[in-house]
Amino acid sequence: MGETETAVRGRAGVGRTMADKIWEEHVVRRADGEPDLLYIDLHLVHEVTSPQAFDGLRLNGRRVRRPDLTLATEDHNVPTVGIDQPIADPVSRTQVETLRRNCAEFGIRLHPMGDRNQGIVHVIGPQLGLTQPGMTIVCGDSHTSTHGAFGALAFGIGTSEVEHVLATQTLPQYKPKMMAVTVNGTLPPGVTSKDIILALIAKIGTGGGQGHIIEYRGEAIASLSMEARMTICNMSIEAGARAGMIAPDDTTFAYLEGRPHAPSGRAWEQALDYWRSLPSDPDAVFDEEVFLDAGSLSPYVTWGTNPGQGAPLDGVVPDPSTFSDPIERAAAERALQYMDLQPGTPLRAIRVDTVFIGSCTNGRIEDLRAAASILRGRKVADGVRVLVVPGSMAVKEQAEAEGLDEIFRAAGAEWRSAGCSMCLGMNPDQLAPGQRSASTSNRNFEGRQGKGGRTHLVSPLVAAATAVTGHLSAPSDLT
Amino acid sequence: MERFTVHTGRGVPLRRSNVDTDQIIPAVYLKRVTRTGFADGLFAAWRQDPAFVLNQPQYAGADILIAGPDFGTGSSREHAVWALQDYGFKAVLSPRFGDIFRNNALKGGLLAVVLPEAEVERLWAHVEADPTTPITVDLVEREVRYGEVRLPFDIDDYTRWRLMEGLDDIGLTLRHLDDIEAFERRRPSWKPTTVAG
Repeated sequence: MGETETAVRGRAGVGRTMADKIWEEHVVRRADGEPDLLYIDLHLVHEVTSPQAFDGLRLNGRRVRRPDLTLATEDHNVPTVGIDQPIADPVSRTQVETLRRNCAEFGIRLHPMGDRNQGIVHVIGPQLGLTQPGMTIVCGDSHTSTHGAFGALAFGIGTSEVEHVLATQTLPQYKPKMMAVTVNGTLPPGVTSKDIILALIAKIGTGGGQGHIIEYRGEAIASLSMEARMTICNMSIEAGARAGMIAPDDTTFAYLEGRPHAPSGRAWEQALDYWRSLPSDPDAVFDEEVFLDAGSLSPYVTWGTNPGQGAPLDGVVPDPSTFSDPIERAAAERALQYMDLQPGTPLRAIRVDTVFIGSCTNGRIEDLRAAASILRGRKVADGVRVLVVPGSMAVKEQAEAEGLDEIFRAAGAEWRSAGCSMCLGMNPDQLAPGQRSASTSNRNFEGRQGKGGRTHLVSPLVAAATAVTGHLSAPSDLT
Repeated sequence: MERFTVHTGRGVPLRRSNVDTDQIIPAVYLKRVTRTGFADGLFAAWRQDPAFVLNQPQYAGADILIAGPDFGTGSSREHAVWALQDYGFKAVLSPRFGDIFRNNALKGGLLAVVLPEAEVERLWAHVEADPTTPITVDLVEREVRYGEVRLPFDIDDYTRWRLMEGLDDIGLTLRHLDDIEAFERRRPSWKPTTVAG
């Protein structure tokens, strides 16, 4: 490509975005008419998107260039009960065993099922302190955008690229465009970062961020905890963006300090100096800008089969015939048919039979605390199955130390071990055809949680309130 | 990877938007550890409907998929590309692709071509009226042709060259091993490693 606006934007003397700065720091090679070759600081690996990449290495007699910058875990296929037993599904078991063999052969650290540090790949990276500001992080998983909450440039890649990173620790990449999403104001009580991101996707659509890196900023973002920031960055991909980022600040540094892989002593001071230089310059130019007012937000839920088909819980199922865009109208008609919903139905009237609390979007300790704060002293509605699945074994351990597991069990919820669980239909936790869930996960695609299953995406607070009433509800609906 | 220069085939009009990679290949098919044999998983849920476009006899053997906007959104699974290729598709035309899907497709030699939405609508109508319409996807000239219509499309020079030569990206990068080693020598020492501490 020739002289693009983004190339101009990256030059010294012109205000640079955080992504520009991190990008420039990682260029291994730049040549006219070619993508930049970027160095990758951390490569996260899981069982689903890696076997064919390791096969490719073997086929070509290549080794893993930097096993010391690579970390593997088992998450997508693992059951969340009976984890001391071998995986019952032979195909899932083979995939997990293949990862174990590959990690042993190529010298990669692996946290297998049952290990204290096992968990969803995007939960364990931050928790180990491996996810740090200014890094480039990739994984064969689209929700790698989660790590951008630390001011890292983190994005999902395909298996061919996984093989490329394993072999070279680099990736050829064209720099995406930049989008600023500014969220000003203060979130009302009961409204969370999940509602911010669902509202954003409803506003800009699933293709709204396509070709862009989103930087989230504004006072509502700066006031969020690291867990809440991760929820937002996690779903950047649902807005179509390559990555999502938030400038590192004292909240970020406080989260990192003392974690196993965080720098310490003099190295901590060096790192801090660098991290403080990362936020976008005041005069940095973005290709697109979107504004949201946190104060006007309320709990959001999805009614359709893509994450952009969402609305405030106070609203009703929309009438597709009122949509002006013919493609959106057709998509909404199909979605309502799949979801078995009638236009005009109040969203609160939608009954569910399953509630899922977990995933790389909302499976961290704060999410579990939020859900427990609603379920404490209450009972799950009759006929509703509630799965609470910690994002990692460390989150599980912490939740149990705080007694959250007791609260969930006493309410009638199932308390599980760590994994991707019901976020996607690869392990035993699935919806049966026709079942309907309120889910804290990230995708409401047809069949995502099990063939024929119907998904409403919600925050942990809405999930917990829905568990109590049996229909989509906010905590404020509870007596 | 096979070289891609010019391909002429027939089109399948997939009149849907937001076709996420979970629809292209459901998660249950992702448990396999091979790179081939995914054709049975392609649009597995939708293919159970006899009216689904891939089940209509007039589109049998057609190998250019014409999809609505936001094709290949969602999960990064490259299995979506493998499934399309295993089924026989050589190219996908859409007004907008999920970024990761398009990357994966272009790595693996499945040509993902962005066309304006109005042109996709026109092509749908044309192919539905005459499913035998030959469609040419010409990477050399960077255009799609059918009947009297010529539609230019954008693709960067580097990717086009790599596809036309059928080159392996890893092999190309390893030519610059010196640059990688030089970068590693100047990389800050405080950056984390995954070695258990």
